[in-house]
Amino acid sequence: MATTNSRALARLMLVPSVVLLLAWMLVPLCMTLYFSFLDYNLLSPGTEEFIGFMNYEFFLTDPAFFESFFNTLLLVGGVLLITLGGGIGLAILLDQAIWGRNYVRIMVLAPFFVMPTVSALVWKNMLMNPVNGLFAHFANWLGMTPIDFFAQIPLLSIIVIVSWQWLPFAALILLTAIQSLDREQLEAADLDGAGPFSKFYYIVLPHLSRAITAVILIETIFLLSIFAEILVTTSGGPGYASTNITYLIYTQSLLQFDVGGGSAGGIVAVIIANIVAIFLMRLIGKNLED
Amino acid sequence: MSIKKSIIACCSLFLSTAVLAETITIATVNNGDMITMKELSKSFTSENPDINLKWVTLEENILRQRVTTDVATKGGQYDVMTIGTYEVPIWGKQGWLRELDKLGENYDVDDILPAIRNGLTVKDKLYAAPFYAESSMVMYRTDLMAKAGLTMPKAPSWEFIQKAAKAMTDKQSGVYGLCLRGKAGWGENIALITAMSNSFGARWFDQNWKPQFDSQEWHDTLQYYVDSMTKYGPPGSSANGFNENLALFQTGKCGIWIDATVAGAFVTNKENSEVAEHVGFALAPDNGLGKRGNWLWSWTLAIPASSKKSNAAQRFISWATSKEYTELVAAKKGWVNVPPGTRASLYNNPDYMAAAPFAQITLDSIQSADPINPTVKPVPYVGVQFVAIPEFQGIGTAVGQQFAAALTGQMTVKQALQSAQRLVERAMRKARYPK
Amino acid sequence: MANNNSIKTKLIYTFIAWTISGLIFFPILWTLITSFKTEAEAISASPSLFMFDWTLENYEDVLARSPYFNHFWNSIVISIGSSILGLLIAIPAAWSMAFVQTKRTKNLLMWMLSTKMLPPVGVLIPIYLLFRDFGLLDTKVGLVIVMTLINLPIMVWMLYTYFREIPNEVLEAARMDGASIGEEILYVLLPIALPGIASTLLLNVILAWNEAFWTLILTAANAAPLTAFIASYSSPEGLFYAKLSAASAMAIVPILILGWFSQKQLVRGLSFGAVK
Repeated sequence: MATTNSRALARLMLVPSVVLLLAWMLVPLCMTLYFSFLDYNLLSPGTEEFIGFMNYEFFLTDPAFFESFFNTLLLVGGVLLITLGGGIGLAILLDQAIWGRNYVRIMVLAPFFVMPTVSALVWKNMLMNPVNGLFAHFANWLGMTPIDFFAQIPLLSIIVIVSWQWLPFAALILLTAIQSLDREQLEAADLDGAGPFSKFYYIVLPHLSRAITAVILIETIFLLSIFAEILVTTSGGPGYASTNITYLIYTQSLLQFDVGGGSAGGIVAVIIANIVAIFLMRLIGKNLED
Repeated sequence: MSIKKSIIACCSLFLSTAVLAETITIATVNNGDMITMKELSKSFTSENPDINLKWVTLEENILRQRVTTDVATKGGQYDVMTIGTYEVPIWGKQGWLRELDKLGENYDVDDILPAIRNGLTVKDKLYAAPFYAESSMVMYRTDLMAKAGLTMPKAPSWEFIQKAAKAMTDKQSGVYGLCLRGKAGWGENIALITAMSNSFGARWFDQNWKPQFDSQEWHDTLQYYVDSMTKYGPPGSSANGFNENLALFQTGKCGIWIDATVAGAFVTNKENSEVAEHVGFALAPDNGLGKRGNWLWSWTLAIPASSKKSNAAQRFISWATSKEYTELVAAKKGWVNVPPGTRASLYNNPDYMAAAPFAQITLDSIQSADPINPTVKPVPYVGVQFVAIPEFQGIGTAVGQQFAAALTGQMTVKQALQSAQRLVERAMRKARYPK
Repeated sequence: MANNNSIKTKLIYTFIAWTISGLIFFPILWTLITSFKTEAEAISASPSLFMFDWTLENYEDVLARSPYFNHFWNSIVISIGSSILGLLIAIPAAWSMAFVQTKRTKNLLMWMLSTKMLPPVGVLIPIYLLFRDFGLLDTKVGLVIVMTLINLPIMVWMLYTYFREIPNEVLEAARMDGASIGEEILYVLLPIALPGIASTLLLNVILAWNEAFWTLILTAANAAPLTAFIASYSSPEGLFYAKLSAASAMAIVPILILGWFSQKQLVRGLSFGAVK
């Protein structure tokens, strides 16, 4: 009796969130869907007409599309790999008894608070610039040729910058998880003569699996739409070497002001995002079920 | 009765001034001259107490996106927009800009250099007032040239530039012979390379809007660019735009820098430039085909049609682009720092000509640029270093990426041109040219 | 003996931890230091960490050039306003998902998260047109709405995972005592879940503070936050490292300080259900 009552109420309490998100999602989405079938350039108004799937055809056959699709995967995958690997290492390190843990923690956490635009500007100009950047000075001091980061390894450079921003987040979630680890289990393993590697593999890692899943989920959501870092550093180049799907859509929408083409790209990105979401759901479903 | 009337008149006068105190929102670029304008605008508001100013200062590309989105959707967020010679003809034709017809009696429109004014006029109506204008020129280090035993002619050829760059390059001590824009973008490397290509006899499109990147002329242009930049250019060229090269030149790392004429004031400024004493100027290079590789650009102030405060906005524009403003800047910041390139009277002013060693070259460069006939062969478009069609920002930037890839060696010159040709063909097909 | 050994290990770990965290923090430290240099020193080929003439001129320049405090105030209103509004909407939803689960709960949650995967630039024009028609362009209200909607899925999810760790029995006991749902949430759930709510709030303040797409495109002179302030320094003419550093420092220091003071709260609720 109480349950039916509270069930009804529960549904009612979901309403604001769901309705708002539905509106936030559906209204622009429907408009985007509609625009994606039009020949609609913001700079030549009055010539809109229905052109069927032509925008999709142009977007999907664009030589830049596959490269940027691939770059998107590399970017997301690369950053996930670095932040998870580094994050686990940092979490284990910060879990040890050390002096000044609070200061260490705030230093590790700091990059997460920095605006993406600012961190991209700082890395691009003050660190990675091949003539006046700090890395170049350092390389010259060592007698080496400075790396021209954004020309030679553009995508990797962006992965490094983005990883720097997201490493703190991963490290913190993993640290919180590690701290909840049952110490007795580790001591028991010690008594059984387990080495550090097997302790990590058989006890720590399984314990962290849910935290890892959470990191993957949250980061993927943000990494799929990485944009500011690319705009500030390489503008997607050279060639298409550091263009991802979001950036490609950006060039259509805000450089060409091709609303039709940009909308078609947006719809494609939504489809890709949903495929990713389904994958993640499988992953989460297994890991966060109980 | 009459007292009552006069009270009412007084009140209404008071009320009307109170009501008329309008706030206009000005969107502008974060370039030095605009920052000076913002600083000096106190003088405008004290002369015009009925107008308040609000400023939106942004980096060029972000500004362009915002004002374009706003003007095209009639968002009405701005009353004065800073836009370039690329936008004015396109927007004017769309009816997005308000005609500037109330600039005041003393404004002297005919003083504006014809090369600039023509680009801002659509069907005999002036849609934007130039704030400053620029062409491009050669800036070089006189001390390094002397050391190399060379003399820069007033009008060098591309061949000579390469020779001089080679002689000046000394990578061990961090001196690079030639600095050119390499950052991909229609206003970055494409501005330079397109202007360059004009002097090589190349063009973007033929009369039927067919892209011409498969031509020998384009191949020669890009080959020259890539060759000389890989041999004599600084590392990281593919990320260098105007600002990056300016910083390199000011710190003594460039022998020759070919870029905007406005840089003249910065490289000769002793406060910021370590090489201020040793800078020489020359016209942009040519190849003997009758066109030099100099561009033409001006930053202008215009009023979007959606603005409801166009009278106040026109008063501001009139102030900011007037002769009196020039004098104000001269008084506060010195003659060398006045916004250049827009008015003939400035170049008849002996004070300015004495203070600015680059003035004559700037004037000659601006006057020799011809947006209507920019190339050796005929073209269907207007614009020296750009093609004034709405699609150009997109295709220009995409082609710029290909050229940047050629510069970094990820593609050969031939591959870069092929893929430029393909992508421009696609874009033109999508936009359904010829129109 | 063993004690000695453990001190040695502690020393080694401390050393490693400080080195690594120092490296991670270095770019920020370097920015802060550079902001006190002159432009010439900032670009110098033999950079110095402390031995230079400290100057405040970059900060003076930046303050003279832009209405920093307006931007700062806008950032505060937008980030805090949207986080609080978001909480008001998200708490009931998360409660309902956590304590009255149905078969669809998980799907609903995933759907909410998937709305975050829409590339914002793809829906730019529709949103811009809607904002224009509702008169929301360049208003703080408009940005608070957008930021709330953008971060709502994350908020719901964070709260949901936190609420789920609270044993149902606690709430049921309250229900037995005849508490209404409102009372149940207000007097029983919220006090227990306070750490989770606090860290949700903090995380969203950070995310909203740093959002740089919508805040740039939908504002002009009145509602522009610090992201717009930074955009006017991103590539000015001439030497600019020192001024850029000063502007960067001014944009990130407030949120760094907030982070410093709240790191314990932030960390406590940031588990996303991973601690169990």
